[in-house]
Amino acid sequence: MLRWQPVKFVLGHPSRGKVIFGHPGIGRAMLGHQESHIAALGVTRGFSTTTQDSCTSPQVQEARDDGPAQQPTTLKPTHQPFVKNLFLGKFDKKMLTFPEVLDRDQHELLHEMIAPIERFFIEKVDGAKIDKEASIPPETLQGLKELGLYGQQIPEEYGGLGLGATEYARIAEILALDGSIAVTLAAHQAIGLKGILITGNQEQKKKYLPRLACGEWTAAFCLTEPSSGSDAASIQSRATLSKDGKTWLLNGSKIWISNGGSADLLTVFAKTPEVQPNGEVKDKVTAFIVERGFGGVSSSTPEDKMGIRGSNTCEIHFENTPVPIENVLGEIGGGFKVAMNILNSGRFSMGSSGAGIMKKMIGWSMEHAVTRKQFGHHLSEFALIKEKFARMSVAVYAMESMAYITAGVLDSHKNADCSVEAAIVKVFSSESVWHWGSECLQILGGMGYMKPYPFERYLRDARVLLIFEGTNEILRLFIALSGLQHAGIELQSLIKKLRNPLMNPGFILGKSIERLRHQKDNPKLDLDLAGYIHPSLKLGADSLEYCVKRLQYSVEVVLARHGLKVAEPENQLELARLADCAIDIYGMTAVLSRASRSYCIGIRNSAHEMQLAMMFCEEAAARIKKRVKDIENGPFINSDSTYMKIADTLIENKGYAAEHPLTRVFW
Amino acid sequence: MSLKVLVGCKRVIDYAVKIRVRPDKLGVVTDGIKHSMNPFDEIAIEEAVRLKEKNIVKEVIAVSCGPTQAQETIRTALAMGADRGIHVEVPAKEMEKLEPLHVSKILAKLAEKEQAELVIVGKQAIDDDTNATAQMTAGILNWPQATFASKIEKKDDFLEVIREIDGGLETIKVKLPAVVSADLRLNEPRYATLPNIMKAKKKKIEKMKPADLGVDTTPHFEVIEVTDPPAREAGIKVEDVDTLLLKLKEVGRI
Repeated sequence: MLRWQPVKFVLGHPSRGKVIFGHPGIGRAMLGHQESHIAALGVTRGFSTTTQDSCTSPQVQEARDDGPAQQPTTLKPTHQPFVKNLFLGKFDKKMLTFPEVLDRDQHELLHEMIAPIERFFIEKVDGAKIDKEASIPPETLQGLKELGLYGQQIPEEYGGLGLGATEYARIAEILALDGSIAVTLAAHQAIGLKGILITGNQEQKKKYLPRLACGEWTAAFCLTEPSSGSDAASIQSRATLSKDGKTWLLNGSKIWISNGGSADLLTVFAKTPEVQPNGEVKDKVTAFIVERGFGGVSSSTPEDKMGIRGSNTCEIHFENTPVPIENVLGEIGGGFKVAMNILNSGRFSMGSSGAGIMKKMIGWSMEHAVTRKQFGHHLSEFALIKEKFARMSVAVYAMESMAYITAGVLDSHKNADCSVEAAIVKVFSSESVWHWGSECLQILGGMGYMKPYPFERYLRDARVLLIFEGTNEILRLFIALSGLQHAGIELQSLIKKLRNPLMNPGFILGKSIERLRHQKDNPKLDLDLAGYIHPSLKLGADSLEYCVKRLQYSVEVVLARHGLKVAEPENQLELARLADCAIDIYGMTAVLSRASRSYCIGIRNSAHEMQLAMMFCEEAAARIKKRVKDIENGPFINSDSTYMKIADTLIENKGYAAEHPLTRVFW
Repeated sequence: MSLKVLVGCKRVIDYAVKIRVRPDKLGVVTDGIKHSMNPFDEIAIEEAVRLKEKNIVKEVIAVSCGPTQAQETIRTALAMGADRGIHVEVPAKEMEKLEPLHVSKILAKLAEKEQAELVIVGKQAIDDDTNATAQMTAGILNWPQATFASKIEKKDDFLEVIREIDGGLETIKVKLPAVVSADLRLNEPRYATLPNIMKAKKKKIEKMKPADLGVDTTPHFEVIEVTDPPAREAGIKVEDVDTLLLKLKEVGRI
């Protein structure tokens, strides 16, 4: 019997009836489990504090649940962090049931909304002109505001549309048709006003959200400074309390602020002094809601950029800007958590945006491939061209599946921790768009390189996806370290047992057999993942299970090898391998889950979907196999150490170190 | 004012879609194809809504004949500002054979039933291009008609309508009640905004069948064959203007 049909519960939400997948009891039972992890975080904290990556600070995840701003919504079962659990070899089989979060009404409403937005983009948005003139015409922005696109996730009571993550992701697919507009809108609501939405108090929400929802005001997010990019905790901007204790005086400079020139409301992060219990004064980050009208705010001329040229990116300077104390966002000194929560919650939609761009580009390239003839054949008859299309559709399928499974989890659980999943979606989709977008251009050859075609513009626009909202390098460390930190505590007891074999003979025997199998690259598959999806996908499910086991094994290997030093800068290659394994496993889970659903309910071209999913699994499993082998082998066999030596020589020589090929040392 | 307006809006294949003839050559492929509101009907809705915004009209009723999906078209009209909808259910199979005469009879019946004083429709639908519904509706109701309108103004108890005719514009007066058909330049329709789409969810759509209105939809025509337009043949190059004129005369174009 197929077990794809999920156990469904509709929990009584008055306005937005959501279908929850999975059994609520499971979530409840696991809640206690999670708390124990949080309590034990201190033990493993060493993992992250030494990295440059501030995103990996362990406090981040704790903060999600205790923010004073959480709206009293209906109870949804707590979601166990899926990818973090993978590091322990635990696989939540609920994820193999693709989430169905929209009920019929919401589904219809969403699709009614899509039509006018698509039309607006076709009829009223001239992407080439926006790119050339490096600005979005005011009437286009006005049109976007009138459509209601400035308040997508703001609740209806504050004048927004109150959309969930799934709906937001779907609309993002269309908005991505113009990179400049997508970034302008994302800077406004995915980060700019997000702080008020998730951490703001009632007064702040009431005061600001209605103006932001209708687009009367535009928002921006001000974190990055000249001396602190990825290391966000090191910002220099300062706020000092005035003598009467009623206002903060803000000073400092922020750079690369999207909407910086046009925003009326800025979410600004600055250091504030905090007196410790021992009397010491320490600087902590605090978040502020700053109106441009407060005074002392100036912005530079917009930056001249490679892509997303129409998005307004500026430097912003604060000079004794008075900020009333009621405009502190969250707690004083709690700004870092606020910043990370905002960034973590904003990333998931990049997957669907990427898929939106790619689907358009595939369509245009295909149009060319089926009409252009060379050597008496259409390009679409050439195997080299066909392979490109096939491979890019596998990547797009994975991108979409990961984006919507993540959105689904966010929508069907209260405060679901999807920070790692969102980072995975961002890394995978940004790199896929850059790589496969370039291949779409390649299919058109010389024509693709020309400005009258949109490919070069889309590629330039897409390049920033690998950089902003956390560079992909930082996010890889974030993925791996979050997973390791989560796994660390459980593994600690395992290591204790391993060190006391006489007291735990049975455990040691079992573990030895497991290890032996792993060393032969033949882990025991006992998760029965194939039982949860369509039988035709069994091979894919088995590879997935193999990969889950291998990741668990490599986590143990890496932790045993490096211990708490795993977060040291020289171990990043190992971390990146773990992160890449996690990315591929998440992708496999998402495509299998989606393809199984499509096939079971009989969606058009679902047999094609099965092929896409199987190909993704096959290739991902091969990649994971190699990575785990590399981790097992260690730096001296897997060539890491050689690469490090090569890099050291370059660093010593301050650049490329081999002599010119024409150099002679004798005549 | 207390004018009630009935606006017809048809669900058609989207104007941007490349039409493909069905293998049985009796129609075009509609499955899985993007549909939207007939652009001329959008203009009609927009005009009705503008009249309402000018307080000339009290209520705008959007009517669509078609399968279940026609409700999407009505929803769009409601999101643009129509007050309520009427969906006359015609199954997809029969919809292919629904003729302007049938639609005119339905519109006429509804106009009487709702006591509407103005019917606005697009001048033609972009799928079958018949350009007949407005005229027939006026005939059946025995109301005056103002077709191809590019400007509508209410004066006392009549409408002053500027019509687009061959070679220029014609201004006419029509007494109410009347039937108007919208031409391309009448207005530029607004986009249905997302907040309005959400509000439109609460507006009512009444469902009925042609039989409920006493309209018989037995077809009068039979489609024998649908074919693609002939592919354009390659042109030729000529030496000079004289040869051009000669060639054009040969093919009978001048």
